[in-house]
Amino acid sequence: MMMSAPEPLLTLSDLNTFYGQAQVHFDLSITVARGHIVCLLGGNASGKSTTMKIILGLVKPRSGDVTFDGASLLGLTTPQIVRRGIASVPEARRLFADMSVRENILMGAFVRNDRDAVAQDLDKMLTLFPKLGQRLSQRAGSLSGGEQQMVAMARALMSRPRMIVMDEPTMGLSPLYVDRVLELIRTINQEGVSVFMVEQNASLALEIAHEAYVLQTGKIVLSGSARTLKDDPRIRDAYLGGSEAA
Amino acid sequence: MMSSWLDYTINGLIVGNVYALVAVGLALIFGVSRLINFAQGSIYLVGAYIGWVAVVQLHTPLPLTIIIVAAASALVGLIIERFGLRPLQNSVRIAPLLATIGISFVLDQLVMLTFSPNPRALPSQLPDVRFQVGGGTIGPLDLLIAGVGLTSALLLFVFLRYSKLGWAVRATAQDRDAAMQMGVDVNRVNQAVFGIAAALGGVSGLLVGMYYNQIDTAMSLQATLKGVVAEVVGGAGNVPGAVIGSLLLGLVESYGVAVFGTSYRNLFAFLLLVVVLVLRPNGLFASARQGPPEPLTGTFIAPSRPVRIPRWALLVAAAIFAILPFFPVSFYVLQTMINAWLLGMLALSLTLVAGTIGQVSLGHAALLAIGAYTSALLSLTFSAPVGVAIIGGGLMSAALGTALISPSFRLRGHYVSIATLAIGEIVSLVILNWESVTRGPIGISGIPPLSLFGYELVSPTSIYWFSFIVMVVLALLQARLLGSHLGRSFRAIRDDDIAARAYGLSLNRYKSLAFIFGGFAAGISGGIAAHLYSYINHETFNTQQSILALTVVILGGLGNVVGAIVGAVALVGLPEVFRVAAEYRILIYGIVLLLLVRFRPQGLLGTM
Repeated sequence: MMMSAPEPLLTLSDLNTFYGQAQVHFDLSITVARGHIVCLLGGNASGKSTTMKIILGLVKPRSGDVTFDGASLLGLTTPQIVRRGIASVPEARRLFADMSVRENILMGAFVRNDRDAVAQDLDKMLTLFPKLGQRLSQRAGSLSGGEQQMVAMARALMSRPRMIVMDEPTMGLSPLYVDRVLELIRTINQEGVSVFMVEQNASLALEIAHEAYVLQTGKIVLSGSARTLKDDPRIRDAYLGGSEAA
Repeated sequence: MMSSWLDYTINGLIVGNVYALVAVGLALIFGVSRLINFAQGSIYLVGAYIGWVAVVQLHTPLPLTIIIVAAASALVGLIIERFGLRPLQNSVRIAPLLATIGISFVLDQLVMLTFSPNPRALPSQLPDVRFQVGGGTIGPLDLLIAGVGLTSALLLFVFLRYSKLGWAVRATAQDRDAAMQMGVDVNRVNQAVFGIAAALGGVSGLLVGMYYNQIDTAMSLQATLKGVVAEVVGGAGNVPGAVIGSLLLGLVESYGVAVFGTSYRNLFAFLLLVVVLVLRPNGLFASARQGPPEPLTGTFIAPSRPVRIPRWALLVAAAIFAILPFFPVSFYVLQTMINAWLLGMLALSLTLVAGTIGQVSLGHAALLAIGAYTSALLSLTFSAPVGVAIIGGGLMSAALGTALISPSFRLRGHYVSIATLAIGEIVSLVILNWESVTRGPIGISGIPPLSLFGYELVSPTSIYWFSFIVMVVLALLQARLLGSHLGRSFRAIRDDDIAARAYGLSLNRYKSLAFIFGGFAAGISGGIAAHLYSYINHETFNTQQSILALTVVILGGLGNVVGAIVGAVALVGLPEVFRVAAEYRILIYGIVLLLLVRFRPQGLLGTM
């Protein structure tokens, strides 16, 4: 096991973001180390999804900086950011509902031009997500939520990203699929892809994450290694109490 | 009789093919940017005239003509996308819609100024022979049109299904944000669809010009209307649907003409549209899982804080206009101002329904027509006093206008605009065809002049005061209405109809109330106009007037009562003051609309 301090891949520093008059982020800073899974926890309207959108260039902060692999992402458009090696699994999957499963997965490789390697990667996805094999020519919109999540993850992997950002990957899934998704995130990570995920379900997220941040109305109120946060009484009270235990 | 039915079928399919070339472009654009491109017909017009230049002046052979037209039209499409629409990407959703209307005005007028409005012959370059097929006949041009239609459909299919850019187009159409997150450059996709749509539209114009051996500048609006009908029938954004919708439209029109006569052609087209909008707003081929069109709410109209004008300033302005006739102004100035007041009434009506409950109407002139015909017929046929007849016109516009528009109350955004446009056309076509009542194309002449309590208002001064006072009274009533609880309910519906419904507001009732009030004001304006002009026909109150009213309302600020009047004075008055030649006026309206949408979408005085 290598435990030397890993270098940062993605850094958000001192972000202040506004929607009109309303401030969404207050001096938000987050670091994702190369090869790590980092989780951003928070309730509704805490600014989690906006953080995702900033990384992807869909929303621009008023001040602060976002760097990926040492270079700032702020001046770039979303497609340019994708080409730098960041793929996304958007909230609620956002598949191309009327395109087939195969087309959806291949859309993930839109930024690539190496056709043969893309075809090989498609086969690889089918070993990683065996269930999708029988579904390839089906309309993506006709799949169940869990299957759609598989497609969304396969789609994200197809760009051979260095990092995947995921917005609530377990939302709305059956318990069986929740476990499956978490396992897959771990597998993806072990193959060298860094993961930044936004979650409401703290107990699950802390299972697989290396580090976590807790966001409350636009401010980071807690951060640290997942192991320590799991035992933090404040986390327990806020997120792990009662019903989650089941 | 069999043979002629076959002929009508062939004709319907050929015309349907032509519509398809326009409608497919509209569907592509709607799919990618959720925008009905009202400039599509203008590109069709441009294509026809470029074709005329190629055929008549450059004597190019047919294949080259088609290539020139397709390339030049595509270029126009790219320019529209780049300079007209891309700057509006982050604007409110009404902005690109209005921009395409402005662009179509500008393009049509440029063509008219370059080539004159007189029709020109566009020879077909193909031998004039007819082949017997079954019982009917078919000519080389029919085959060419069918061939171009099929080839385009095939090319488009291959493009969408097998090319990378085609995939990007489909992905963007289904989820723009997700497509961007796959690395799709949405601007390139927009460019691609505008280029393709324009190329197809231009070629369509060329083929139609050859088919009828005639082109003129009135083609533009007709093409837009037909394309929109076909596209909506097939399901907005649905490319194969647009093709089938077009063929269906062509057949319905052709059989309608066979049974009832040529003047009914368009009536069938628009009735088909209204029926589809009411029964299946997502189009004939939409699946049940699709939600209602345009579920987005609240963002259609630019929100802003209205400019507050102190009461004394309004009183001073009103006083100045009230005593205007005492100044040594010419007859001509008074006439212009009378027109401004009449347009002001129409704008008050439109600003109420468009700005306050968010129903952006593109057929508002129909309300003028209803008021004008009612008032004219009441005074002529039933010898009603003119004052009574005008009020009758207002009431009829309120009642009939609301009844006609009510089927579209469940529609939103772009769909309301399409429905109102169609209803406007239907009113004009019914007037044209219902000869026993409206005297059809001859129109109504000898309408008695304005009079009040038995005194004829013949001097321009008295007409000026009369129209001014009527407008001020309507404006005061409307201001009162908007300040009341009812006005707040209207705005709640505009801003978020789902939330408004959740608070127990009955949308249909409030939309009806707004249209009743707005219809009354517009009907009064039409009634006064009828007695002022003494002659009206089905073209007196046309779509151009509807669009002018919309421009006025946008200029003043949607929903803004004072703004509507300021806008009317500015758009009618200023061109007169500066003596702008009539043919440049429409061009100026188009440019004003474009500049407003780009730089001040909330209008001069702000939306309410």
